Amino acid sequence: MNRVRRGSASAAPYPKNMTATAISAEGLAKHFGEVAAVESVTFSVLRGEVFGLLGPNGAGKTTTINMLTGLARPDAGTIRIAGLDCTARPRAAQHLIGVVPDDNNLYPELTGFDNLRFCAALYGMRKAERQGRARELLDAFGLAEAAGGKFGGYSRGMKRKLTLAAGIIHQPEILFLDEPTTGLDVASARQIRQLLADLHRAGTTIFLTTHYLEEAERLCDRIAFLVAGRIVRTDTVENLLQLVRGRYVVQVTCTRTPPSLAEKLTAAFPDFGFDTAKPGLIRVEATGPVHVGPLVRFLEEAGAEVVEAVRLRPSLEDVFVQITGIEAEAMRKEKERVRSGE
Amino acid sequence: MKRWIAFWNILVKDMRTYYLKPPNISWGLIFPLAWTGMFFVKSGAGPESLLALLPGVVALSVLFGTTSLLAVTVTFEKRNRSFERLLLAPLSLELLLLAKTGGAIIFGVANAFVPVIMAACLADLSHIAWSTFVPAVLLIAVASTFLGLVIAVAVSEVFEAQTFSNFFRFPMVFLCGLFFPVESLPLFLRPLSYVLPLTYGADLLHGAVDSTNALPPVLDVSALALFCLGLFVASLGNVKRKWIL
Repeated sequence: MNRVRRGSASAAPYPKNMTATAISAEGLAKHFGEVAAVESVTFSVLRGEVFGLLGPNGAGKTTTINMLTGLARPDAGTIRIAGLDCTARPRAAQHLIGVVPDDNNLYPELTGFDNLRFCAALYGMRKAERQGRARELLDAFGLAEAAGGKFGGYSRGMKRKLTLAAGIIHQPEILFLDEPTTGLDVASARQIRQLLADLHRAGTTIFLTTHYLEEAERLCDRIAFLVAGRIVRTDTVENLLQLVRGRYVVQVTCTRTPPSLAEKLTAAFPDFGFDTAKPGLIRVEATGPVHVGPLVRFLEEAGAEVVEAVRLRPSLEDVFVQITGIEAEAMRKEKERVRSGE
Repeated sequence: MKRWIAFWNILVKDMRTYYLKPPNISWGLIFPLAWTGMFFVKSGAGPESLLALLPGVVALSVLFGTTSLLAVTVTFEKRNRSFERLLLAPLSLELLLLAKTGGAIIFGVANAFVPVIMAACLADLSHIAWSTFVPAVLLIAVASTFLGLVIAVAVSEVFEAQTFSNFFRFPMVFLCGLFFPVESLPLFLRPLSYVLPLTYGADLLHGAVDSTNALPPVLDVSALALFCLGLFVASLGNVKRKWIL
């Protein structure tokens, strides 16, 4: 993917009294009837930072983004974007922000090129400028050949890329992304992650929600875990990973596993924790080094055919499970299920 | 200047994208013409009677054209969430709604002149007071568009918008003096006529075409202006309340 510039020529400048804080939310709350979608949410995002909001489906991530971007009014709390008070005037910072929603909500009847030109016009860009910027982004996203095709006929990956391009058409200082890579193939997701890394290097403040923990680990400087509308932890990725640094995880792959294996393993190795929920995989967790020799011998004597045993680096997924008690895999499957409309 | 670039592009995009959508052709053009044809055939009169029908069919074309277009431009975009793009743009809600309704107002005015052009081929239109007729068409288009906006904002599906519109549109055909005077209605129905904006628009058109208006033009214009303002404020409040949750 070609690099995308975020030039300063037409970028909307921060207000002169802008502090180092790009986004500040304090005590945010939002209720839908009796249901508290978001409760007492407080965090701040520094200028130029990539901040991730992670949580399961229905945790309140989209509601939080909607409040920050002016699409929803908080019931309580304050919001400041680039130093501007957006609590009473939710649309005060619209000229400074770009938003990539979780839906690809461009206009199906318009071509890719016309969609980008139209989005540029919404930010008051002049004709020559918006045409140049639209062409630049179509090139950067590898969509130049599809520029004349209608958006409604694009593949899901192409739609997602064009939606992202529309979000940055006006070179915003602060970019909000709601699940930017959900439902994309590996190559497209990688392209988008590369683009976000480029924007980060160019100084754009990025606020993203995702349920892909490895994506958040790779992209974010800081992360907040949101569960049932409340933030349960906010920290840098490095500090979060420290929580699981003292843990040892080994994954054993087997082509055949005998019944009641978990009970037998627990009885034989009482200091280890075993997870045999996935067929063919045994996850072993311990607070000290795991010697795989005795473990493999035990498994083979029990009738398992061991293919490999590897030590896994502790990941953000482990941190997430430890802090929230929610299995990341279950969260991912639930999200995919919701998106596919099952 | 930047806001006007956005305003103009929203308006042009709607005109380019939605004018030729089937609901607009069927409800905005075919239906009013078919309705007029029915009245014309039923009356059994010659082409000279067209002038008496012209205010009704013009008002009908504007009403159905504008309300049908709003159902598409607003409700459809709300449903597929592309309207959020507009809400996220650095544009006041007032200007945004004016841009969204601008295309419908122009469509309504253009629709009005389809039967006028057809009538010009069959009858002498030289006696029409165009200085009253054209502003009357514009005012009806604005009032109908804002009525369509109230409806479009209140529902979530395009078909709901069309159906809900008919609750207002069809009674207006009979109650607003389009094809027969309000005075010929049963007494208990007349108050209802005067709370509908099209009554004042149709009266203005009757005055311009054959001087058969029942109310002073100043009253018609004032009433229409009040309806426009009230309906726009109601739509604005609805968008703020229902769409910015």
